[in-house]
Amino acid sequence: MTSLPDAKLVCRDVWKVFGPHAVETLKRLGPNPASEDFTAAGLVPAVRAVNLSVRESEIFVIMGLSGSGKSTLVRCMSRLVQPTAGEILFSGEDLLRASEAEMTMIRRHKMGMVFQHFALLPHLSVLDNVAFPLQIQGMPRAEREARAAKMVALVGLDGREQAFPRQLSGGQQQRIGIARSLAVEPELWFLDEPFSALDPLIRREMQDEFIRLQSVLKKTIVFITHDFDEAIRLADRIAIMKDGEIVQQGTPEEIVLSPATDYVREFTRAVTKAKVLRVTGVMRPPSGVEPTGTIPSRATMAEAAPAFLDGAKVLRVVDEDGVTLGHLHRSDVVDILLGG
Amino acid sequence: MQTAPQVVRRTWPGWAGWLLVLVLFVTFWKLGRPLMPWAFDYPRGWEIPAASRTTKATKWLLNDATFGLFTFAEFTRFIADLIDIPYRIALSILSTGFLRGSGSAAVQLVPPASWLAAIIVGGLIGLHAGGRRLGLLVAACLGFVALFGQWQSAMVTLASIVVAVPMGVAGGMGLGILAYRVPLFERAIRPVLDLMQTIPVFAYLVPILILFGFGPTAAVVATLIYAMPPMTRVTHLALTRVPHELTDLGRMVGCNSRQMMWQVMVPSAKASLMVGVNQVIMLSLNMVIIASMIGAGGLGFDVLAALRRLDFGSGLEAGLAIVALAVVLDRVSQAYASRRPGTDPAPGANLVARHPYLTAATATLVLAMLGGLVLPGLQSYPEALEISTGTFGNRVVQWINVNYFDTLEAIKNTLLLNLLIPFKRFLLDLPWLGVVALLGYSGWRLGGVRLAVLAAVLAFLIAATGQWEKAMITLYLCGIATGIAMLIGVPIGILAAEHERLWGPVQVVIDTLQTLPSFVYLMPAVMLFRVGDFTALIAVVAYAVAPAVRYTVLGLKGVDPRLIEAGRAMGCTNRQVLTRIKLKLALPEILLGINQTVMFALSMLVITALVGTRDLGQEVYIALTKADPGRGLIAGLAVAFIAIIADRMIHAGARAARARLGLEATR
Ligand SMILES: Nc1ncnc2c1ncn2[C@@H]1O[C@H](COP(=O)(O)OP(=O)(O)O)[C@@H](O)[C@H]1O
Ligand SMILES: [Mg+2]
Repeated sequence: MTSLPDAKLVCRDVWKVFGPHAVETLKRLGPNPASEDFTAAGLVPAVRAVNLSVRESEIFVIMGLSGSGKSTLVRCMSRLVQPTAGEILFSGEDLLRASEAEMTMIRRHKMGMVFQHFALLPHLSVLDNVAFPLQIQGMPRAEREARAAKMVALVGLDGREQAFPRQLSGGQQQRIGIARSLAVEPELWFLDEPFSALDPLIRREMQDEFIRLQSVLKKTIVFITHDFDEAIRLADRIAIMKDGEIVQQGTPEEIVLSPATDYVREFTRAVTKAKVLRVTGVMRPPSGVEPTGTIPSRATMAEAAPAFLDGAKVLRVVDEDGVTLGHLHRSDVVDILLGG
Repeated sequence: MQTAPQVVRRTWPGWAGWLLVLVLFVTFWKLGRPLMPWAFDYPRGWEIPAASRTTKATKWLLNDATFGLFTFAEFTRFIADLIDIPYRIALSILSTGFLRGSGSAAVQLVPPASWLAAIIVGGLIGLHAGGRRLGLLVAACLGFVALFGQWQSAMVTLASIVVAVPMGVAGGMGLGILAYRVPLFERAIRPVLDLMQTIPVFAYLVPILILFGFGPTAAVVATLIYAMPPMTRVTHLALTRVPHELTDLGRMVGCNSRQMMWQVMVPSAKASLMVGVNQVIMLSLNMVIIASMIGAGGLGFDVLAALRRLDFGSGLEAGLAIVALAVVLDRVSQAYASRRPGTDPAPGANLVARHPYLTAATATLVLAMLGGLVLPGLQSYPEALEISTGTFGNRVVQWINVNYFDTLEAIKNTLLLNLLIPFKRFLLDLPWLGVVALLGYSGWRLGGVRLAVLAAVLAFLIAATGQWEKAMITLYLCGIATGIAMLIGVPIGILAAEHERLWGPVQVVIDTLQTLPSFVYLMPAVMLFRVGDFTALIAVVAYAVAPAVRYTVLGLKGVDPRLIEAGRAMGCTNRQVLTRIKLKLALPEILLGINQTVMFALSMLVITALVGTRDLGQEVYIALTKADPGRGLIAGLAVAFIAIIADRMIHAGARAARARLGLEATR
């Protein structure tokens, strides 16, 4: 895969193999080692030949079942674990060549991470938890508390600054985790299954909150989940992982419409296509019939359907600036809705 | 399952190997003596002169050893000073007051804390740590100490505890952190910690005495050596158990290693670390009496003196005062451990409102001091108000002696003649070589080659240092004591586990038995049965029965209730549920109970040397009275070796039992 010009983070042929003498063994096994080779050597290949690139300001979701290597991959990206082979380019700079001191500076100022089980420090108040990364950087108390208070307000927890983590619900705790990861104003934001430990209702609420935050912040995001619905709800692009490998990557529409393998098809089966497909996916070039209304290009088919209820045959698809991108025909929408 | 390949490979049943080895062993024992006499009595000429070498090494350390810049003696003096200064301060506050000049010419500048103020401050600390109930408990315990006239001694003891505990915690934590950071150091220190915890304290009293001289400083050093290892272990464990997410967080926000340790890991491990602190406190209190042998003074000295006078009553009172201190320190430290952040008063307001407890405590102390100038009874507890049950305790024992002397004598002689002496003869008759081989085989069967080598080598070393006979006497006393303790403890444990109402009182009794200083057990036993093995046995059993009960209850209560329900559903009677399901599944736990019982018995055995046993404990004790560091250390090591062999074997056995039960469940 070639790295796109606006790529923020690029992984090239990244491997992570756990076990003794992993580097030598991986070299010895050649370019396409089989799983049995690793088992025989007593190694665990957690991440295998991963190529991907995350663009500036997009939500890149890595989806896979538990044990498929998602956490290991995201830890490779921040070099919390040292990849066994490959290249990781962050704004064009190879992270694997950076010294430990440089890495510390990059993590301090340019990266933020949200953890599945929140990773809050039990002895610190909400405000101190959020201010913790700034405190580590040596920022003076008044300044860091002001910034932390802003972050707490951003995630809607103002008023609870003096509470302690154990006094809060799971959803609230993760809001603190999010506020803390944002306190350093990172360029790259990692979220490792941030909502998996929450109840379904709260999870939904947090996803909405996350979408709202991103519409304001426009961060470059790597988001890990094992929940396919969550992935298509949030993603600009998705990579699906299985046994350490990426089996398919693309936009939610691409994955739902043309799953690359049976494994991916299993996930897409339960998904209502109308809720995934955006109108841009089925619109045709403008021609013939004059449209009787407009529809924003981000809308999904399910959202577009009500607009046809008043008898309209064709709608104009417009982007944020009002430019016409194409025409959406009633018959195409009906096909999708019925085909489900 | 790990054991599966073994099961497949084995072509004849497991017990056949045992049988063969046992037959060989008995044959050798019965017929081997004329052929290989040296295998029965270790020849003197082959002995390793470990004891005399150690003594020489200690002397060399003291007189000649040097680190280049300073000598070893200077080094120990430095440590002594390091301990002495805080100890003097603590002692001045709690007991003597601040003095100018020394001896009888000393003038008291500031009096020590008044007893009443100390009780109130203690109550305040309890209140702060755990609420009103704890505050009352602390005040009551301290009041008890004052009421029985133990105040002065108790404050001397408290002073050394107050110094030893923070040092033990800091030192133990430092070593634990180092072990966490440097895996090599961890591997090096683990066996040392094992030894430090199993070697009887008496054994290192002499070297400490030689290096630090007689006095409270030496006592604090001994206490530190005894109480620090668990803190190191707990620290290491607590740090490795910090959730990975938290260490990941630390690295993501760019902590350096100091920030990582002190701002992420230690605070998140606080709850487990406090368990270690609690252990240090309890072990320091355990040491109080033994430490008084090298000059600690205080309550320990009182107990020891009472023991020498055979004054059971006052020994018991001083012992109970130690228990009262233990209860206070234990409960308060546990309350602080489970206290969560967020219960402090909100910041803001003035100094007084922000620190209400500190203010109240200071005010109490100052008021009491001023009041003490007017009313002396406020300063030191008035003697007229003391009560003593000492004579009562003594009278009870005397009454038993007068009325039941013959019965007691008969019991003692029956047991001696029918159990103790034959068993002792039997053990002494065994060939050391055969026992070493048998231990090696058992180690191999239970835990593989490493355990085999460990058991055989340690056993051989006991023989090679010329201590086989004494070790066998230790083994005989320990074995019988463990057996009896299990015979008493397991049924009680079963009853307590089956009847919830019984468990409460039983728990109180065994808790008290465990905190009561072990010396206290000796006194009634000596008064009833006079000196000798039987007396030692009674004291050891009384001390070692607690873990037998505790672990049995633990095991039985831990059995998965679903399995019990399944048993009931299949129509098992209560008795069948108990014997077929519960006891079987609780077996690993009960085995660990045996292990603890053995450890308790061994530690008590050394103390029973005071009543004239002739085992390794006596050897250690003699070395102590003769100030012979080598002899004491080597005999102490032999006790430690026995403890380590027993510990590893039983653990391996428990593990095997668990694996077997696991197999049964999956089949
Ligand atoms: N430190 C490690 N040592 C050995 N194996 C590991 C380690 N961390 C993860 N693994 C293995 O790598 C695989 C992927 O784990 P992980 O990345 O945590 O998966 P996911 O986050 O997708 O659940 C798993 O099989 C796991 O057992
Ligand atoms: Mg994971």
